[in-house]
Parts: sequence; structure tokens; C-alpha cells
Amino acid sequence: MSATGIGAAVRRKEDLRFITGKGQYTDDVSRPGQAHIYFVRSPHAHARIKRIDTKTAAGMPGVVGIVTGAEFAESKLGNLICGWTVLSKDGSPMKMAPHPALAVGKACHVGDPVAVVVADTLAQAKDAAEKINVDYEILPAVVDPTKAAGKGAPLIHDAAPNNTIYNWHIGDHDATAAAFRGAKHVTKLEFVNNRLVPNAMEPRAALAEYDAGTQHLTLWNATQNPHVARLVISAFVGIAPENKLRVIAPDVGGGFGSKIFIYPEEVVCLWAARQFNRPVKWTAERSESFISDAHGRDHVTTAELALDADHKITGLKVKTVANLGAYMSTFSSAVPTFLYATLLSGQYAIPHIYAEVDAVYTNTVPVDAYRGAGRPEATFVVERLVEAAARELDLDPADLRKKNFVKTFPYQTAVASLYDAGDYNASLQKALQIHDYKGFGKRKRESEKNGKIRGIGFATYIEACGVAPSSLVGQLGAGVGLWESAEVRVNPTGSVELLTGCHAHGQGHETTFAQLVAERLGIGIDQVNVVHGDTDKVQFGMGTYGSRSGAVGMSAIVKALDKVEAKAKKIAAHLLEAAEGDIVFKDGKFTVAGTDRSVAWGELALAAYVAHKFPTGEIEPGLKETAFYDPTNFTFPAGCHICEVEIDPETGVTSVVGWTAVDDFGTVINPMIVEGQVHGGVAQGVGQALLEHTVYNDSGQLVSGSYMDYAMPRADNLPSLKVDMTVTKCPSNPLGIKGCGEAGAIAAPAAVMNAITNALGTEKIDMPATPAAVWSTIQQLNKTRLAAE
Amino acid sequence: MPTVSMKVNGKDAKADVDPRTLLVQFLRENLRLTGTHVGCDTSQCGACVVHVNGKAVKSCTMLALTADGAEILTIEGLANGAQLHPMQEAFRENHALQCGFCTPGMIMTAVDIVHRKGNNLEEHTIREELEGNICRCTGYHNIVKAIGAGARAMSGEVTKQAAE
Ligand code: FES
Ligand code: FES
Repeated sequence: MSATGIGAAVRRKEDLRFITGKGQYTDDVSRPGQAHIYFVRSPHAHARIKRIDTKTAAGMPGVVGIVTGAEFAESKLGNLICGWTVLSKDGSPMKMAPHPALAVGKACHVGDPVAVVVADTLAQAKDAAEKINVDYEILPAVVDPTKAAGKGAPLIHDAAPNNTIYNWHIGDHDATAAAFRGAKHVTKLEFVNNRLVPNAMEPRAALAEYDAGTQHLTLWNATQNPHVARLVISAFVGIAPENKLRVIAPDVGGGFGSKIFIYPEEVVCLWAARQFNRPVKWTAERSESFISDAHGRDHVTTAELALDADHKITGLKVKTVANLGAYMSTFSSAVPTFLYATLLSGQYAIPHIYAEVDAVYTNTVPVDAYRGAGRPEATFVVERLVEAAARELDLDPADLRKKNFVKTFPYQTAVASLYDAGDYNASLQKALQIHDYKGFGKRKRESEKNGKIRGIGFATYIEACGVAPSSLVGQLGAGVGLWESAEVRVNPTGSVELLTGCHAHGQGHETTFAQLVAERLGIGIDQVNVVHGDTDKVQFGMGTYGSRSGAVGMSAIVKALDKVEAKAKKIAAHLLEAAEGDIVFKDGKFTVAGTDRSVAWGELALAAYVAHKFPTGEIEPGLKETAFYDPTNFTFPAGCHICEVEIDPETGVTSVVGWTAVDDFGTVINPMIVEGQVHGGVAQGVGQALLEHTVYNDSGQLVSGSYMDYAMPRADNLPSLKVDMTVTKCPSNPLGIKGCGEAGAIAAPAAVMNAITNALGTEKIDMPATPAAVWSTIQQLNKTRLAAE
Repeated sequence: MPTVSMKVNGKDAKADVDPRTLLVQFLRENLRLTGTHVGCDTSQCGACVVHVNGKAVKSCTMLALTADGAEILTIEGLANGAQLHPMQEAFRENHALQCGFCTPGMIMTAVDIVHRKGNNLEEHTIREELEGNICRCTGYHNIVKAIGAGARAMSGEVTKQAAE
């Protein structure tokens, strides 16, 4: 391993600009003459818009224009879409209701935009917005997903009777029922997977500019996938043809899924920039983010696990209601189906699984992928069940897991996934040792002496990254393919621009991708510039989410590098007057095998562009190659997280006092960055388990709509984390990478709740286990205990 | 519109502003110092922390007019020319940032913690002192490490300066 090659903890190239305040996020970009846009949003969860009076507002200082939903509809633009079609059990397609960028006739959630004001300054836009009078007729609302399809629930969209989007299922119903009939033991649990607000620290933002001369639009946008944004905005919304629209995603301050989707705001900014012939800028305020960024999770589930006399798991039955909110966001349909139920086998050989998922509309903010997207929900179901089963059967939860692990690969699960490689026992074993599992009893007694209750919990999770190949996702209903592109441009002096269709918003691609290229070409990482996030520079790409950049994006780079090397060898053969097959490329030098005749990388690059000395009839001048890579399968990272908590029974406060993570991500390019991903993921998972709660009251008001009410994990909510790894290489991509971005968020909620339920001695507590929830559970248990005595 | 003037990163700055202009808006929009960020509207996240007369302040919570006559230090003014401040160096060395959005506020807060609490910081002190700064990316693990290391390195700075 070289000092900067694959496996080296290289310090990040992108950091210098961030630590000196020179990052360029969307809101940092300003264009001459720019106006500001303010979105007037519905304060009601469900309301008919009877009239919007904009007269007084229109005369306010600085106002450039005011547009209501009805007026915007006259532009005849297309609606926002969900790009993944899911079929119900009966084969009927999901019921997707229209989602106009600005609500027309009716608002369907608090925050639904109904009009916009464009003004010279933001303050003027806000002042004018206050003078807009919207006459609403308030309608009854439904926010609880378990009530949305029930009798008496208000109908949100005519297109979706009973507010039902689909009733989907997977697995073998009859075989699973038979497994349960033959079971020796059945563990049954009910869960709520709490709704979360992603809360990337950079609020979403958009800046649109129109060039009337060329009729060209440019959009600076805090997005995780600029090309997909351009495609949807062009092909479906119809703002402008793709070749007349450039989307730039500059530095983006975190995404976690929430910046994948195509939102109303960027569409309206583009439209307004052309309409008013002024650059138009929008940056969300945090309270706006809470009611306009797609939320995550929000499942209600009943699940049962069947075991035989030998404690082998024989079946799993799951019934989930998924809340998709008021409109179907870009990938919302796929999250509670293909990204959730296909992972319900966990790390276990479960012969029979049957899962049903009902997706419903409610009068809440749309729900879509949030870090982990479906996989944290699946892991929560499986890992809570296995832990509870071990307790009911009085088994060590580690032993029950070991007994049921998948041990031979490839392994075809009962829910369509084909696990390609792993060693689940190895990561569990290593975690047990690092965590000092054996010492838990002693630590528990120690805590007891101090009046505290200690608990320990596991999550041996599985995840699926790099969703692929395109042909499979196409069969499953995706409107897009999920390959990735790369272009390697060698400059005459031998330095390289690497163009990638992935997009970094914290992942460190400028460093890791450079490590890969530099090692392969034998040049320094400073000689490699990673270019991404601009549709005018990178031809096309699918962006970054689902931990796909390593497994899919870097594979595309490898493929492009293969082509570069092949052409370079041709040139070298010519320069060295040798046969192409005799050229060896190593350490930045092309050598004729068995001789000392060689040409260095830099000389060869120059020769490629000068082209004096080679026959341009046979070899084209220049050195630049492009590749598109479509993987053969998903990748399946897995690992074991152990959480130890200490609960103060007097206050109900839960402290996470120990955390061990041992993950198998396949090949690791930069361990420093990978560990950082685990840290961040765990923090978000602990946030879900202990703190974060998105609360709607019955009338559909978001009660937890700011950082005053929505508890974000802070430094003093978390412990130091012990992070380690095991490695089995992924066989379905050339580097053997599996992906690491979501693991922490997938494993952590289950690990925390297993630890808390272990400490309390009851399975009956939902996330988030706030001090109030834990304290009430303890009081309830004490009461029951007293009554029994 | 009233006039406000202050010294920002050692340079005089003066402008006529709408009285409701926040200090952070003045820095970002009037002076184009966009390193100071806005992450919330309730004074909770700390992305906007700058130093006002040597003390860490959330610049989203202060009117520009209130800062009239003050000396302001922002992330852009922390390094000594090309030489990074030890806390900046520590953040890079310890991988204490991912998306970088919280980073300027974190670093400005961190320097202030050292000024108040000294160069030998215990982990729990750092964690408690970061109560007003939210990071969604790093899980704080490496930020805590970086601040500890940066604090120690800052003591070296002081000695070096004293020796010079
Ligand atoms: S922007 Fe100042 S505290 Fe969040
Ligand atoms: S590094 Fe992204 S919020 Fe802290």
C-alpha cells in the first residue's frame, strides 16, 4: 500500500476550503440583479383554497411579481412525479395523485406552497407575503397512517380511494403460514418506526438564472443528483429541454437522502427566473425545511418470528403500514417495498418469509428515503424480534444469532435478495471481544450499586447498497437505470481530471476517487482533480445516495482507467517500437518487458497530445476515456453493533455508555473516511432511538417544527465509539467494495432499543425512548409488579 | 437607513443597512464573507458563530447595528495568511468535518472554548461545551478529538509567539 493509495487514511483534499470558510454552497452564490422568492405556505393540513387576494401585496415596495397556484397552473407545466412504479397484489399500479409545484384548489399538508412572492430583497418579499390574504375552508385531516385507509377518514386525493397508494406483498404466503403452524415458538412484536426529519445542516436552496439571449437556464441547487434533477425538470415538468438547462450542485452541506428528490421550489425558481427575466434565489429557513423537506421512516408494523424446537428460525411474517405523506415524493414508493422488505431476512437463513406493505396518503409532509431508507426499518423488525425471541427462550442473544446466520454464499433469501459474500460470525465474534461482552455482568452490578440500570443490545444488520443492475431495477418498476459514469481526461502534462456522475456532499470523493486514480497511474493525488456536480461538465450520472459511489461510481472509474491504460499501451508500443503485448505498465512507467526501455507517464501523455511521433491513422491523438458501469448485483455490507446503555430510573434518562461497531464493507479505500461515515450514521441512529420525534397533532399541525422542539443529537448525547472492521470482498464489482454510508443509521436504532429493553425487562417501549417514555415505562412496570405481589 | 461600521478581520467595514439586518446577513451579504453559515432560525445550531470583541457569538442572534463599533473575527480571518490556525489544522488532521457546513461555527466555537477553558480539555468538557453547535454528519466523535488536539496545539502557539 502506498502512502496515498487504496487503504491509506489520506487527509481530505476538500478540507482546506471548508476550514477556511471558502466553501461555495448554493446560498453563497449570488448573481447580479438577483431577486428573492418567498413561498407562501398553507398553515392548514387540509384546506380548500377559496380565494387568494394579492392586490395589496402587489403594490408593496420591491415586489417584482406574485404568482398563485392557479396562475402558475396556467403555464401548463407537468407535475412532480414519483419515478418508481410499484404494483399492488392484484397487479394494479400504485395510485399516484397529481403533485403540482404550487397547490391548486386545495392544500394537502401544513407547508404546501400555495403562492410565491418575488421581490428585490427577501425582507420585501416577506413583507409583501404578509399582505396576501388566502381564504381557506378547513377540511378534516388525517395524520395517523393506521387510520388513513379506515372508514370516516377524509379523502385526500380523488386518484387514491381510501387514501391507499398500494397494497403490496412479497414472499410465499402459504409456505410461511405452514411454517408458523409447525412452529415450536412464536415471538410477536408491534413497532412504530418513528418519523424523522433529515435535517442536513445546509438548508435546501436554489438559484435560477435565465439567459434571454441563448434561452438557456442555469440552476444552482443543493442536490445529491444534478443530472436526475435536470432530467425530471426537463422531461416531466417541462421547464426547458435538457440541452437548455444546466444544473450545478456546488458544495452541498449534507443530504442524507433529503436532497435526492425533485422539489417544487427549484421548479418555481426556474420558471420565475424566465418569467421575470431576473436571477431568482431561494434558501429554506430551518422552520421551512421542517415542513418542506421529505421526511423519513414512519412505519407501523406487526411482525412474528417462528422457531423450531432446535431454535432454528423457520418463518417470518410482517405486516407494515407505511405513511407516504400528502404527495408521492420522487422515490417514495420504493422505500417501504424494494428497499425494506427485500432485507427482511437479515443475516439469517429464514426459509419462509411473507411481508405485506400498505402505503397510504396522509395530510403530512411527503416521506421518502432518509439515510438507510427502508433498511433501518427492516433491521429494526428482524433484530428486535431475534433479541426478544432469545429472551423468551432464555438464550444468549449472540448464540441465537450465530445458530441462524447465513453461512454459505451465495445465499438466495426468501425475499428476492441474493447475498453474495459475507462472514457474519466473524464480525459478531470480533465485536464481542472488542466490547468485552463477558465483562457486562460485572459492569451491570457496578451500575446497580450506583442506582442505575444497565442494558446491552445487539444489531447484526444487513444492508443492500449500490442498487443495481439497471435491468433488475427496471423490472422492479424504476423509471431510471442505476449505473454510473466516469471520464478520465489526461492532460498533456500528465495530470488528470476525473469526471464522475456521483456527487459528494460530505463523503470525500475528491480524496478517495483521487486515491484510486493516482495509485493506478502512478501519479500524486494532487495531480488528480475530481470534477462533479455540473451537468455542463459531466455528461450524465445518477448522483450519490444508497452508498453507491464506491461500489458503482468507483467501478466506473476503474473501467475508464482500463481503457486509458489500453490506449496508453498502444502509444507506448509505438514510441518504444515494441509489440503492444510486450508493454508493462507499472509505477507510472511503460516498459518493454524484459528490457530497460521505458517511457514515463508524463512523457507518454505529452506524446499523446503532440502526436508528432505516432501514426494518427492508427491511433487517434489525445488521451481521454469514458465508461459507464452497470453492476451485476446489489452489494451486501453487514456487521455487528453492540450498544450498552445506563438508565437512571429516577429520571428516565438513558445514557449510551458503550458502543462497538464491527462492519464488513468489503475493500476500504480510506479507513479514516469510512470510520467517519460509521460515526455519523450511528449518531443519526441513536438520534432516532432516543431523541428525534416528529409529532403531528390530530389537526395535522407539526408540533416539533424547530430545533426548540425536535431534539437533534448533540455532542453530549453520544459516547466515543469503537469502530473496527472485518473484510470479505464483494464479488460483484472490480474493487470488491460494498459501501459504508448508511450502516450506522441502519444498525443503531435496533441496537439501542435492544439495550433499553434488556435493561428494563420489557419489550413494550417505542422510539424515541425519551426520558419521559422510559420513566413512564418504569413506573408502569413497578405498578404491575406491585399488583402481582 | 442607519449606518453601521465595524472592524471585520482587521479591516474597516461600513454600510447603510435596514435596521432589522442581522449580523450574519451583514457579513454574508454586505461583505460577501460567506464562510459564516446559517443553519437554523432559532439560535440552536451554531453554524453562524463568529467572535465579537473576542467572544463567541451566534451572529444570527445579533443585529448588525448592535455590533456597531465592534471587532469581529470570522472564519475567513482566523488563519495567519497561508498559515492555518492550529484549530483549523486539527480539524483537518482528525477528519472532524464531512460536508463542512457546520465547520466554520465549530472551529470558531472551539477556539473560544480554549480561550475560556484552557489547553487541557477533558472529553466531557468538550462535549458539554458543544451544546450549542449541531453537526449532522460526523457524530461529533472526530470533532471532540480535533478540539482536544487543537487546544493542545494552541498552547504551543502561545509559547512560540512568546518566544518570538
Ligand atoms: S444559524 Fe445561528 S444558531 Fe443556527
Ligand atoms: S460536517 Fe456536515 S454538518 Fe458537520
